[in-house]
Amino acid sequence: MTNTGVDLELKNEVDELLNAYIQCIDDDDLERWPDFFTEKCLYQVIPRENHEMGLPTAVMWCDSHGMLQDRITALRHANVYQVQWYRHVTSNPVISTGDGDTIKVQSNYAVFKTCNDGESTVYNVGRYVDVIVRENGVLKFKERTAIYDTHRITTLMVIPI
Amino acid sequence: MNMNVITPPHLKWPADADYTAVPYSVFNSREVYDLEQAKIHNGPTWNYLSTEAELPEKGSFKSTYIGDTPVVVTRGQDNEIYAWVNRCAHRGAEICRERHGKSEDGAYTCVYHQWAFDAKGDLRGVPFQRGLAGKGGMPKDFDKEQHSLRKVRVVNHLGVIFGTFSDETPDIESYMGEDIAYHFKRILKAPIEVIGHTRQYIAGNWKFYSENTKDPYHASLLHLFHPTFGIYRASLGGGSLVNNDVHSVLWVENSKEDESKLSDAKSDNTRTYQEGTYQLADMSLLAGAKEFDDDTSTVIFSLFPSLVVHQIQNTLAFRQILPKNENEFELVWTFFGYTDDTEELRNIRLKQLNLVGPAGLISMEDGESTELCQKAIVRDGNYSNVLEMGGVGTGTDDHFVTEGAIRSLWKGYRKLMDV
Repeated sequence: MTNTGVDLELKNEVDELLNAYIQCIDDDDLERWPDFFTEKCLYQVIPRENHEMGLPTAVMWCDSHGMLQDRITALRHANVYQVQWYRHVTSNPVISTGDGDTIKVQSNYAVFKTCNDGESTVYNVGRYVDVIVRENGVLKFKERTAIYDTHRITTLMVIPI
Repeated sequence: MNMNVITPPHLKWPADADYTAVPYSVFNSREVYDLEQAKIHNGPTWNYLSTEAELPEKGSFKSTYIGDTPVVVTRGQDNEIYAWVNRCAHRGAEICRERHGKSEDGAYTCVYHQWAFDAKGDLRGVPFQRGLAGKGGMPKDFDKEQHSLRKVRVVNHLGVIFGTFSDETPDIESYMGEDIAYHFKRILKAPIEVIGHTRQYIAGNWKFYSENTKDPYHASLLHLFHPTFGIYRASLGGGSLVNNDVHSVLWVENSKEDESKLSDAKSDNTRTYQEGTYQLADMSLLAGAKEFDDDTSTVIFSLFPSLVVHQIQNTLAFRQILPKNENEFELVWTFFGYTDDTEELRNIRLKQLNLVGPAGLISMEDGESTELCQKAIVRDGNYSNVLEMGGVGTGTDDHFVTEGAIRSLWKGYRKLMDV
């Protein structure tokens, strides 16, 4: 099943979630980032090569709201890295299941990174594979997997994708 | 071995006798880099190629590098492991174009003119060798046996494959030295299973990373994850060991007292933490499992020039250092567990992978520190660093406030390089 047949209102709601998520990160509003997920969740950023070989190693792997928070606390207060900004560009969201309770969506993303030297580079490109559920009337990610093609990470990854 | 003769560059070593100063030009000179490729990576050193687990069947292969030379590791039809330079003996084209896979017929065929080689790197077939309709073809005396691929001598040490271009490289255990050999045995206590790779590309000279992994002094100063979260780390034991100058072991030991305090803290879900620091919202990240017969919580050991192996809590990894030029290197992480891991232990490993690697909460800064150095050493090649922490000698220390293993590295480096 593709977007065809999915309720237009639901499609708009999903678009809104996907857009709000990337705006949260790109606006450096990261303290709000964990709230896009359900309490018990799975967020992972995994290289495509591992995903295709069925190997589980991910560079970020969080299975609770708390672990997502800890990523941000570490980013703000512990980790050392140069000033950097992300700009996500996302496209092609396709809803494969949309019965209203559980929505499966895949979309493409590209993250451009800009550091203090002013050069913007294509930092990480891939696709999101999402399982979205409704919690208290609001759509949230139960699972969000960023499968990245750019499997050679430049320097380090500190900001979530 | 046909290696171009390269004149050693002029390097001014200010502390000639005690290795406490290294001129910056060793980090940013193409001349030095080329000499390293000849004298170190093509010289009498064992270089990490693969785990045996990644070559499970006859016909399995993996593409990698020794230094910046592309190399393919194969498992032949006779079940032996071979390696050769990934360059066709005909016109120099890359033969194997995949990162890993299986050659069903055991042949490796260059796409350019379809010269075919076997897993050992021997030439098996040359299309139109005898010409076509009596015209053309190779000379009558063309001998396929004289046109093998450039072969790499390999050794399979406890399931880890190393390669060398030199006939002078000693056997692998002598090359390592006693302590490195011990730590290989310790970490390879059971058959391993690869659980994934991650790759990092770092704009720094590869030797800055070698120094970094021999440097216990920076650990608590650059990597602020533990202190920020007030994680109890007092009175940890450990230090650094050096084998054969260029190889080293850094280890951290939890004393028994710490273990008990740690478990108390876990059981009532609190941590000793200092005012002004933060608490983890999800402590499960640090809930480890004891899997070795000792109290070593972290061991990072390096087999110069291309390998660093680590156990950091329950994460286990090979880190392969691949120089690309004088200013850049790639770091390939191969994470593993054991084939007999319980599901619980495997999940602990996966969760703890958050601590290490390119996005590692504990140690993501290592790539950053390498780049910081590379950025700043431009131009002043005759200036040098200062390596005097813990004294001026080389060798082993039973504490963290030392640069002894780094000084030893430079001693061994100068011997290998003859500079």
